[in-house]
Amino acid sequence: MKDVMLGNHAASHGARLSKVDVIAAYPITPQTLIVEKLSELCADGDLNAKFIKVESEHSAMAACIGAEAAGARSFTATSSQGLALMHELLHWASAARLPIVMAEVNRALAPGWSIWTEQTDSLAQRETGWLQFYCENNQEVLDTVIMAYRIAEQVLLPVMVVLDAFILSHTNEIVDVPEQAMVDSYLPPYQPEFKMDVNNPHAFGGLVTPDNYMEMRYKIHQAMQRAKTVAVEADQEFQEIFGRSYGVMEAYKLDDAEYVIMSAGAITSMLRVIVDAYREKGLKLGLLKIKMFRPFPTEIFKKLLAGRKKIGVLDRDISFGATGIFFQEIKAALYPEKKNGVPALFGYVMGLGGRDITLSHLEQMVDHMMSHDEPEEDSVWIGLKK
Amino acid sequence: MEAVFPKPRIPEEEYIYPGHLACPGCGASLSMRYALKALGPKTMVVIPACCWSIIAGPFPYSTLKVPIYHTAFETAASVSSGMAAALDQLGQGDITVMAWAGDGGTFDIGFQALSGAAERNDNILYVCYDNEAYMNTGIQRSSATPYGAWTTTTPERHLKDRPKKNIMEIMAAHQIPYAATACVAYPEDMIQKFRKAKTIRGMRFIHLLSPCPPGWKIPDDQSIKVTRMAVNSKAFPLYEVEYGEKYRITVEPRNIPVRDYLKVQGRFRNLTDDDIRNIQFSVNKNWDRLQKKVRYSE
Ligand SMILES: Cc1ncc(C[n+]2csc(CCOP(=O)(O)OP(=O)(O)O)c2C)c(N)n1
Ligand code: SF4
Repeated sequence: MKDVMLGNHAASHGARLSKVDVIAAYPITPQTLIVEKLSELCADGDLNAKFIKVESEHSAMAACIGAEAAGARSFTATSSQGLALMHELLHWASAARLPIVMAEVNRALAPGWSIWTEQTDSLAQRETGWLQFYCENNQEVLDTVIMAYRIAEQVLLPVMVVLDAFILSHTNEIVDVPEQAMVDSYLPPYQPEFKMDVNNPHAFGGLVTPDNYMEMRYKIHQAMQRAKTVAVEADQEFQEIFGRSYGVMEAYKLDDAEYVIMSAGAITSMLRVIVDAYREKGLKLGLLKIKMFRPFPTEIFKKLLAGRKKIGVLDRDISFGATGIFFQEIKAALYPEKKNGVPALFGYVMGLGGRDITLSHLEQMVDHMMSHDEPEEDSVWIGLKK
Repeated sequence: MEAVFPKPRIPEEEYIYPGHLACPGCGASLSMRYALKALGPKTMVVIPACCWSIIAGPFPYSTLKVPIYHTAFETAASVSSGMAAALDQLGQGDITVMAWAGDGGTFDIGFQALSGAAERNDNILYVCYDNEAYMNTGIQRSSATPYGAWTTTTPERHLKDRPKKNIMEIMAAHQIPYAATACVAYPEDMIQKFRKAKTIRGMRFIHLLSPCPPGWKIPDDQSIKVTRMAVNSKAFPLYEVEYGEKYRITVEPRNIPVRDYLKVQGRFRNLTDDDIRNIQFSVNKNWDRLQKKVRYSE
């Protein structure tokens, strides 16, 4: 059934269709509408779930941890300061191997207060052991929440489904809402092998001596590595049932491209337009959209980027004192092969705190890349006022 | 006054194995033993960072015969809320989810989550074993540390100059179905309270005074005796509160001077006679206030 809905509501319906058992969440702009919709769905009986209206994001994540530990599928959503407040528990969730799914609306961090989009909040959580998927549009948001449970419950790690503040969260788009039966055939009920069970008592998460800790971390790392294949399979099977797929990254006009631009999230829609425009002018430009950021699909990037002349990475985020975060990751992925043919890599920071990224900014980016043989600085800031 | 409860038989079943990692004479380990005797096998325990994270044993061992979930310092209440909601949703609502936290995890860092769970009346049994300091990290003051006590962060030159936070009054003010104090020196009273708490749905809070020989600076074999003095000096009255309104004293104290209770503990060694008079004054005042509430409930 086709419907017109906000990106936030697409996330809510993704959770509804995934038949979550427990929801725990705390409001923060621009995520609030996700949980408001879920409250309505629970109140109306359209979703049979327990909704715990906690007193903070910290407790929201803690409650999801408790719920998953007892064997229930759980969901939460947050943004910015809320995600930062959860940070400690993001580690508790992943290291406990709990497949929680969370919608995270990318919003800039304070001070000064900014409710507008920026990707630093979620990217700053890259070491927490959560899978991260960035979405370009509302359809992708809904679909990715469903896929997220499928992946999370196979590899036993939590997943963050990320969408841009306002650009997606508060924008209506046509969304194809799948039938429950189709989702049921794709997503089996959550049946964890290990859980809190009075008939089979165990202790979870207790003291671990240096004798065992490292092996536990290695297993988490292996699960992350396995998620690379599991995510590809989940996407392919999604395609078979629902007729839509996104891949773990998406190549646009990349086949013969000598020059590549890369980014994640809603901005990739505009990058498609820019690619088309430069193609018309005869420039062999292509786009690589990063959907899966954790685990980082290094092998695929290497394969797709080998032999290109130049690559420009757009970061709507900044690691102060270093570079944009996507740029760092791409650079790290390409570096070990110090052979001829490693493309020149250019980093661009723009659109922080919801600053408009215009077509002219994107042209500046491509023109800068084309007019320099080598990058002269780690990141070029575009759209700064003088 | 007669004891409110008839003396129950203390169940013989054990749910805590020998070989746990508590110090000799630890009230916290004995408290768990009695609590589980009262609650039985259909119990799940949530333990935040505290001495009990160690007492429970390292991976892959467990001191308890019931499931344990270890969690972050400030999350005993919220993890338990999630667990209880999940069990309800999965048709296992007859299991008792017991949060088991120290005074630090309850009075201080976990306080927000505790208040949240209480206000929502989540279906959990929250137990605070109160040894009146952060013992796990080496005896630092908490907001449960009594006035005048020595800790490593309230050294002799700067003993604690604020009274203990009255957690029971705060919990009662949330109007939760059940709140009670208890301690290992009165095991029958304690078992009755846990049994009663088990039958109630919603938020239940039990505040256990839990002697700690290294923290209180008492000999290992004196913890029960000293705790008994806490009750009899009225420094730690045993009572219960229903819905924030109905107060009942469950063990009538024998009325010994608070000096006797303080003098046997090394942590109060530096108190002057004036200090002790002040403490006696506030103990009397608190006791009067409690009695008024009991009378008001009748
Ligand atoms: C966020 C956080 N801060 C600090 C600590 C360190 N820490 C672990 S246990 C503890 C004290 C616990 O005190 P209490 O709750 O009174 O329990 P007890 O150790 O006395 O049993 C502290 C400070 C921690 N684990 N997590
Ligand atoms: S330090 Fe105190 S509370 Fe902790 S285990 Fe030892 S006796 Fe028990």
